[in-house]
Amino acid sequence: MLERLAAPRTGGLLALAAFAALLPLALVNNYYYDVAILVGLNAIVCVGLNLLIGYAGQISLGHAGFFGLGAYGSAVLTARYGWPPLAALAAATAGVTVTAFVLGRPILRLRGHYLAMATLGLGVIISIVIATEDRLTGGPDGMAVPPLAVLGAAVQGERVWYWIVAACLLAAVWIALNLVDSPPGRALRALHGTEIGAEVVGIDSARHKLTVFVVSAVFASVAGSLSAHYSGFVTPSKVTFLHSIELVTMVVFGGMASTFGAVVGAAVLTMLPQLLTVLKDYEMLVFGAVLMGTMIFMPRGLVPSLAALAARVRA
Amino acid sequence: MSALLVQYLVTGLTVGAVYALVALGFCIIYNASQIINFAQGEFVMIGGMAAVSFSDIGLPLPLAVALAVAAAALVGLALEKLAVEPARHAPVVMLIIITIGASIFLRGLATLVWDKKLHTLPAFSGDAPIGFFGAVVLPQSLWVLGVTLAIVLLLALFFGRTLLGKAMLATSYNRLAAQLVGIDVRRMLFISFGLSAALGAIAGALIAPIALTSYDIGVMLGLKGFAAAMLGGMGSGTGAVLGGLVLGVAETLGAGYVSSAYKDVIAFAVILAVLFFMPSGLLGVRSSDRV
Amino acid sequence: MSLLRAESLSKRFGGLNAIADLTFEVERGAVHSVIGPNGAGKTTLLNLLSGVYAPSSGRITFDGRDVTDRAPYQLAARGIARTFQNLQVFFNMSALENVMVGRHLHERCGLAAAMLRPPRVARAERACREESAELMRRVGLGAYLSSRASALPYGALKRLEIARALAARPRMLLLDEPAAGLNPTETLEIDELIGGIAADGVTVVLVEHNMRLVMGVSDRVLVLDFGQKLAEGTAEAVRGDPRVVEAYLGATEH
Repeated sequence: MLERLAAPRTGGLLALAAFAALLPLALVNNYYYDVAILVGLNAIVCVGLNLLIGYAGQISLGHAGFFGLGAYGSAVLTARYGWPPLAALAAATAGVTVTAFVLGRPILRLRGHYLAMATLGLGVIISIVIATEDRLTGGPDGMAVPPLAVLGAAVQGERVWYWIVAACLLAAVWIALNLVDSPPGRALRALHGTEIGAEVVGIDSARHKLTVFVVSAVFASVAGSLSAHYSGFVTPSKVTFLHSIELVTMVVFGGMASTFGAVVGAAVLTMLPQLLTVLKDYEMLVFGAVLMGTMIFMPRGLVPSLAALAARVRA
Repeated sequence: MSALLVQYLVTGLTVGAVYALVALGFCIIYNASQIINFAQGEFVMIGGMAAVSFSDIGLPLPLAVALAVAAAALVGLALEKLAVEPARHAPVVMLIIITIGASIFLRGLATLVWDKKLHTLPAFSGDAPIGFFGAVVLPQSLWVLGVTLAIVLLLALFFGRTLLGKAMLATSYNRLAAQLVGIDVRRMLFISFGLSAALGAIAGALIAPIALTSYDIGVMLGLKGFAAAMLGGMGSGTGAVLGGLVLGVAETLGAGYVSSAYKDVIAFAVILAVLFFMPSGLLGVRSSDRV
Repeated sequence: MSLLRAESLSKRFGGLNAIADLTFEVERGAVHSVIGPNGAGKTTLLNLLSGVYAPSSGRITFDGRDVTDRAPYQLAARGIARTFQNLQVFFNMSALENVMVGRHLHERCGLAAAMLRPPRVARAERACREESAELMRRVGLGAYLSSRASALPYGALKRLEIARALAARPRMLLLDEPAAGLNPTETLEIDELIGGIAADGVTVVLVEHNMRLVMGVSDRVLVLDFGQKLAEGTAEAVRGDPRVVEAYLGATEH
């Protein structure tokens, strides 16, 4: 009986893997592949962000900043300095790990609104610096990025990238699921439950918050690096406050404290503007309405709310 | 004092006065409910844009501004009733997300009602610059400073002398006690949103002739107004005004003497510095948690 | 030698002396109760002993080491566990997971291992689950093994906190009004539970209002009034002390 309590994890992961393997049958042209890849990249960021917001109960309104640091880190190292892409990706990730660790310490001492504002400030400062240092970053117009290369062979084309992103997403989801059901993961969720209750059982709340902050920053940074190589181009538009909010919306809408919810949220809200190109003008309106509506009517998000509904129907 | 420095100070104080008004708006809502209204900047935008619209259709400027302020106040009241009140018992994270959602929604609405272009409002009393110790002062600057001063005095009278104002203050000190003496705290929150929106709108209308206005000026102005409120001490009205003026001057001096490209970074660096080193701001009050 | 010693302990909140110049000792393996009227400073004392509050002055010594000014998680590492008067249950988790969190300090699992989940971690998780389930049965919560914490009734939640505290295998357990809000049957069960915990060698510091419980289970009783020590001694001695009777027992009969 106790084993069954751990089962939803493997089942969900297998379902996601099967879905990813079969999806190409429905992707009829490169445009669809492109959307799927975008969904996958956003999902990777959201899975990490969900660990921070949904499980640990913190908030970040600046995660586009980490995405941007990963993207621009890879871009600058490969385009300006000729580094091999994988080495650049590793270096960018290491850089973001250190940055998140150093900045996370003072930031995570804050709570609630103050934490939100600090992360917001951090994200905006990163985006302004990127847009202003145009000698390095190409400024507001952005810069070109060489393609990803593995062992000298360039990786290009939507179909190849689809499998790369799918594999990375599955890895990200697997890691997140493992983390949630482990002593450090439970410590995080306990912190979210009641910080004082967690402290008295020996959980160093500052250290654990910092850990999940860094982990979520790394997820965002890797997705950013991948995105830069996939698009062949980076611009500051992906590093804005609005993009940070979009990411939070995806997590909140899909389901806080639900890894699969984060994936679903990313999928729905990435596809929405693409599918409703007619309603391009209404994009902000819809996003804003989704945010407000979800928080007011479905505060746990789509997937947990549906799961609760299903449980009630079954009972 | 060099003419350049005077120029910077005048510009800084003008911009600072706008920040002060936005900060006061944050402060009033925060005092009524502990909510940070991320949509505050949008009220500034509505004030400016609506004033432009009303003025464009031929209404005299004072009427256009008054109607714009009224429109913004209505939006503020609607926001409170429809988005904030249903979720008033929700945890802080959710309220933050709701007001952010409202801010995006209002911006999206603005692109539909108006457009994405820059607009300008005629200056209230003309464009003839005035000489002042070697610096050039726009008449609109004097309007900004003067109206801000008047508003600050009016608010002081309102909160200090009127029954409604004192009721709102009481709610901010101790919500439960206020309820127990018969104050309708929900109404206080409702009114505070309307009042904050009006303040933001006035700021928007005042600054539109100088800085132009468009659908997305609210983002930066809102964030900077928040930085000012934090600098002064969240919840302190005097702090909000002081914070606004200090931030405006610091930003202008920084842009003038150090680097104009990084002007916006100053406000955010201020936010981070205050949050890290002085979370209660210059004039704020520290609180301790009870377990 | 005593396990815990507080010397000249004080805690001030602005002008209020919640605890004033308090000195007392707790013997190893004893059940030491703290009683006093409302506002006497009992919960403040527990907060000081568990690191939730830092003392304004004075010293706390645990097992011979100075632990004044240590954070709660550091005191937990030294072997101090506690429950709360206002429940601090993790309502976002299942009841079983609440107890599993209690074992945090005994679970050696680094970040990398947690993310990659090698067989060692999976085995440790199973063992953790088993031991936590056993603890839940021991405190009488066997019926709630697969329940969400939010589904448990009040009395069960109080026992869940005790199970969580016991999961840490503490040397000293601080119980803050464990019988508050419980009916006589449940109170009797708590009484037996505390006796069993003490029999296992855990030192217990108990804050309670329920006099029958206190008198029945305690080795020593400390009486607080206005943050100061009013009396200290065996249950009989304290019960007969006229100062205690006047300040407390005489006014409220349980």
